[in-house]
Amino acid sequence: MSMQSTYDKPGLLGTYGRDGLMQIILIANTVLMLFPIAIMIMSGFKSNIEIFQQPFAIPDFTNVANFVSMATETEFLRYLMNSFVVTGASIFLLLTLGTMAAYAIARYEFWGSSFLLLFFMAGLMVPLKLAIIPLFILFRDMGILNTHWALIAVYTAMGLPSTVFIMTGFIRTLPRELEDAARMDGASEARIMFSVMIPLCRPAMVIAGIYNLVPIWNDFFFPLVFIQNDALKTLPQGMTSFIGEYSTDWGVMFAGLTLAAAPITLVYIILSKQFINGMTAGAVK
Amino acid sequence: MPSTTTNGIEPKPISRARLRLSGRGMWITFLLVPPMVVMALFVIYPILSALAYAFYDWQGLARGEFVGFANFKKVLFQEPFASTTWNAFKHNIYVFFALMIIQNGLGFILAYALWRDLPGARFHRIAVFLPVVLSTVIIGYVWKLFFHPIFGAVNQLLEAIGLGALATPWLGDADTALNALIFVNAWAWVGFPTLVFLAGLQRIPSEILDAARMETDSELTLIRKVVWPLIAPSATVCFVLLFIGSFNWFELPYIMVGLDGSPYGNTDVLGLYFYRTAFGNQSAGIQDFGMGSALAVLMFLFIAVFATAWTIYLRKREIEV
Repeated sequence: MSMQSTYDKPGLLGTYGRDGLMQIILIANTVLMLFPIAIMIMSGFKSNIEIFQQPFAIPDFTNVANFVSMATETEFLRYLMNSFVVTGASIFLLLTLGTMAAYAIARYEFWGSSFLLLFFMAGLMVPLKLAIIPLFILFRDMGILNTHWALIAVYTAMGLPSTVFIMTGFIRTLPRELEDAARMDGASEARIMFSVMIPLCRPAMVIAGIYNLVPIWNDFFFPLVFIQNDALKTLPQGMTSFIGEYSTDWGVMFAGLTLAAAPITLVYIILSKQFINGMTAGAVK
Repeated sequence: MPSTTTNGIEPKPISRARLRLSGRGMWITFLLVPPMVVMALFVIYPILSALAYAFYDWQGLARGEFVGFANFKKVLFQEPFASTTWNAFKHNIYVFFALMIIQNGLGFILAYALWRDLPGARFHRIAVFLPVVLSTVIIGYVWKLFFHPIFGAVNQLLEAIGLGALATPWLGDADTALNALIFVNAWAWVGFPTLVFLAGLQRIPSEILDAARMETDSELTLIRKVVWPLIAPSATVCFVLLFIGSFNWFELPYIMVGLDGSPYGNTDVLGLYFYRTAFGNQSAGIQDFGMGSALAVLMFLFIAVFATAWTIYLRKREIEV
């Protein structure tokens, strides 16, 4: 490999050569990452003929016909709304329940508390996908198959282990003094938790929230099995319907894919630091 | 409970104290029961049920009689199911090793390059992680269109740069289809190992590096002897998560090559086979929850046993160095 000779050369030239090589690798990789996304966006502004004949040409960005037909002729906005509802409810529930469990485990000493942490942590390693058949039957018996509740239930359960793990670690680091001072003032346990401790937990809640937000927002597998009613489909699942519907109109398909990618991409670009910290949180203790 | 004895001005009667104690107990119970119920109902119970279901005969959604290991025998040894299972399993193994080299290997190189904090590193970091936050459905469809034999961007690009001879129906050709899927997976996920490795690199104390640089001029020796052992925890995470992901692989092949793993099962993996068996598809209208559960249990055991053993092995390596 030519890299080896560059590495083995010491001195100024070697250092600059090495950094030059690194910079080239990074630039090449960034181009490889962004070029397909750029083609996707640009193709959304093109007609079929333009895509087939000049796939890499810059389009007329004022031609938004494809986006308009995607937004008005398909159920795109309904799918988007469904995704917001399901993701929002799941994140709210898993943060609430996860913080409750983590708070009890981290702040109180009671019999079996370390066993409880293990109970939740065991869920970290379980691929819940493989329990899809029993979940399907369970939700059918509960009468929530083909409703958003089925998704919210499974996402909340899926997100609890990581939330408990992240929140317990954080709550343990909070100083005892604040709690003791509030207790001296005669505040109840509930009041101490909600007015003193929870406000301090916000940074960890953001991490736990983002860690779970991306897989829930993007999930395709559970809706595929649980949701049949078109009006209840989430965005990733709904995409398969409108891609099927427009399979001969590439411009509209690319416009749809661009629109579907837009919400999370925009949030990611604005909050990239929190996203990167959040999504690698489980890995980087 | 020191708080009950210190917070009153007058000493409290014992009955009050006991009341407060049980109040505290109730408060802890209130905090713990709802999350535990959710875990028990939607994680523990389904996992245990999946285990039990595999030992029953199923007529559609209705559970029949206990059949012992019959479903497992069918899936593993009885044709035509057995050859499908082993064919899919072989592909999962291939996918895992290919991604270990491409995804984790490239991830390490990129992390190393980002670690030097060259101009633009922040931008490169955001770019490499962008596909990680996108839905697999979006990524699958975009690349499926790009791989179209005639109008797809990949073959058009090859034509444009004079390499038209290399153009091929990537997803339709038995020789290239699985590799095309592996490429897309690596493209989408390389940002994850990159940033996990980078986080590991950034925690290496600079004194250790300076001391090591005195000893050797060779960067490769430095990486092998000093850097790699110090980021062993990051490697453990990347390796084990990739292992679990490779044997659960479903969404990307489902979107790009369909439930049957076209062409002719050349991209079939266990995730697709499991879904086909449990929920049926157009070509095989039947659904068999018994065989599906048996497959799920086998996949679960395989993943659990190897992921645990490998984690223990990798953890030991972390301590030794």
